[in-house]
Amino acid sequence: MANRFHTVVVKVENKAGVLARVAGLFARRGFNIMSLAVAPTDDGEFSRITFVVDVESAPLEQVVKQLDKLINVVEIRELDPDNSVERELVLITVAVGADERSEVLELVQPFGSDLLDEGDGKTMLSFSGTPARVDEFEELLRPFGITEMQRTGRVAMTSLIING
Amino acid sequence: MMTNGGDALIKSLELEGVEVMFGLPGGAILPVYDPIIDSSIRHVLVRHEQGAGHMAQGYAHATGKPGVAIVTSGPAATNMVTPLLDAYMDSVPMVCITGQVAYSAIGTDAFQEADTTGITMSVTKHNFLVSDAADIPQTIHEAFHIATTGRPGPVLVDLPKNIVNPADPSSHFEWVEPTTPNLPGYNPQLEPDRELVRRAAELIIAAERPVLYVGGGILKARGAESLLALAELVQIPVVTTLMARGAFPDSHELNLGMPGMHGNYTAVMSMQESDLLIALGSRFDDRVTGKLDGFAPDAKVIHVDIDPAELGKVRKPDVGIQADVRLAIDALLEAIGELGGADAQTDRTNWRSKLSGYQEKFPLVYEDSQPGDALKPQFVLERLRDNSPDDTIVTSGVGQHQMWASQYWKFDHPYTWINSGGLGTMGFSIPAAIGAKAGMPDRTVWAVDGDGCFQMTAQELVTASAERIPIKVALINNGYLGMVKQWQEMFYDERYSEVHLSQALPDYKMWAEAMGCAAIRVESPEEVDAAIEEANNINDRPVVVEFRTDASEKVFPMVPAGATNSELMVDPSQQNDGGL
Repeated sequence: MANRFHTVVVKVENKAGVLARVAGLFARRGFNIMSLAVAPTDDGEFSRITFVVDVESAPLEQVVKQLDKLINVVEIRELDPDNSVERELVLITVAVGADERSEVLELVQPFGSDLLDEGDGKTMLSFSGTPARVDEFEELLRPFGITEMQRTGRVAMTSLIING
Repeated sequence: MMTNGGDALIKSLELEGVEVMFGLPGGAILPVYDPIIDSSIRHVLVRHEQGAGHMAQGYAHATGKPGVAIVTSGPAATNMVTPLLDAYMDSVPMVCITGQVAYSAIGTDAFQEADTTGITMSVTKHNFLVSDAADIPQTIHEAFHIATTGRPGPVLVDLPKNIVNPADPSSHFEWVEPTTPNLPGYNPQLEPDRELVRRAAELIIAAERPVLYVGGGILKARGAESLLALAELVQIPVVTTLMARGAFPDSHELNLGMPGMHGNYTAVMSMQESDLLIALGSRFDDRVTGKLDGFAPDAKVIHVDIDPAELGKVRKPDVGIQADVRLAIDALLEAIGELGGADAQTDRTNWRSKLSGYQEKFPLVYEDSQPGDALKPQFVLERLRDNSPDDTIVTSGVGQHQMWASQYWKFDHPYTWINSGGLGTMGFSIPAAIGAKAGMPDRTVWAVDGDGCFQMTAQELVTASAERIPIKVALINNGYLGMVKQWQEMFYDERYSEVHLSQALPDYKMWAEAMGCAAIRVESPEEVDAAIEEANNINDRPVVVEFRTDASEKVFPMVPAGATNSELMVDPSQQNDGGL
């Protein structure tokens, strides 16, 4: 199963409608985008899109070629999971009031998460880490009752030193 | 110099060398139509926007220059979707200008508003929504650049009314000449990789049963002369796909004709039995390959295409070369020369004699009509071919008449065959013929049409009459949606469902005359030649020759859908000769 998930990084012109063009190539084939993150690069003329798709390798190769044909797409790379670094950010609000709060904070302490807000019988926390660690963080808090959650979608870069 | 968006648009089109454009005005594009009165550009007023699109395509096919269509917003833009996709599938350079509601009204369900760039995103090579009048000159320049370079295709430019309307301050700006396109993500690679070319040349020299499998890309690359040089140097037979008819002369002894679902026996079997397919600007379309698992099972593949997404899309090539196909052929010629030239090649005497045996045994055939019988459509095409100028441009709609035209015409010049290959758009022929004739006024242009197709776009004959664009229409009227009928006969136990149209309703002669055309009805073989001669001599208005043909005729050979090409069915009269 693991090889069905692919992380693709696309550098595009920072213009209106570009995300729709990119997403449309996946949509017309019925491929689901599992995760998506977009923001301008250090050069504001361009944006960098990182997305994770659930698709087998052969059809993905064809989509990547089609993506490369889009006029606004400047560069496209599929990241090798063994040679890339991935991060995701999550904000979670749990139904934990003042009386339980210290217990929860102690529990999540190994994650180094941030307490973002508190009140109205709730606690809002954030954590950033690998997608797997974010999953763990989410599962740890689930028993307390998650009232709202937003994950960012993963961002990724190639490792600085490439292993065999 | 201060200008406004509308004036700037027309000036930009003039700067791109546009001589003719096809369109129909409406509310949102209205301000742009005012400067057209003073422009050097000829505007052809169509009767339906789809017609404008196909005319632009026909113009582009015939001239090699980008076709231009200009229409208003909303329904006009949606009527343009079919020609845009047609142009996209067949890689036709085309620029379409659409009006749009004022920028501030976009997204408000304004009158005649459509999300045109959203709707056409997947049917264009690229599209633009221009928000600032000052961007018009550069955007138009980039639109033409994208449409005509790399793998050509349609580009749409959507212009909100406020930026082209001189009454609106947002349309005013200081004119700036367009500069080199700023498209960091668009750099078509034209030059072939020399190492790959050398490997391809080695494969060619070693091949025992090679075939040059030539597609429409040859024509887009203006590569017909290079192809001829290559074929003659290596003496390798050529098959020309539906999109490449005319790219290699049909009268040349190396030309095997059209492969595919309705290709001739020799062309189809040459690919099936080949040990090397040299695919040049072709894309392994399903109508060419048949069932993929059984397609050319022993063949290695050299695939040359300017679009890297085509390499390996259908069939994995042994050597895939991303390049302009003309430049790639020129490089191949050089590389073959370096490896010893034609003399270094494997002996192919057996291959040639096998293929000529096929040609002798399985030519294209149909049964001549007996006196009193209905007219045979194949006979009509043969007579039309033999009685029209050698460089006649032929356009066609989609269906049986299209296949017969491609099979029976002898195309000896590039850019003389214009049809809707990838999308298969019924009704393509008449507007495409008008576009071709507008671009090539000195050439005879015959639109070969079916009665089903004719009824989809016939209104453009009014355009042809009014604009004095004297095309000729050969209407193959068998009173049926013939190709669908053929499938129902062969694969649905002769259960005919909704395919009968009637030969007499409408009255095509009266209809043609009502649209300002000369009209001739032909019902028997004896009348055919005289009618064609009469039609060829009418040059002051369009002419429609209605041929009432035998509805029982089917297109053969045929590869049934889902079958491999080895299961090709030849004409029933040949089926005892070892053909299926």
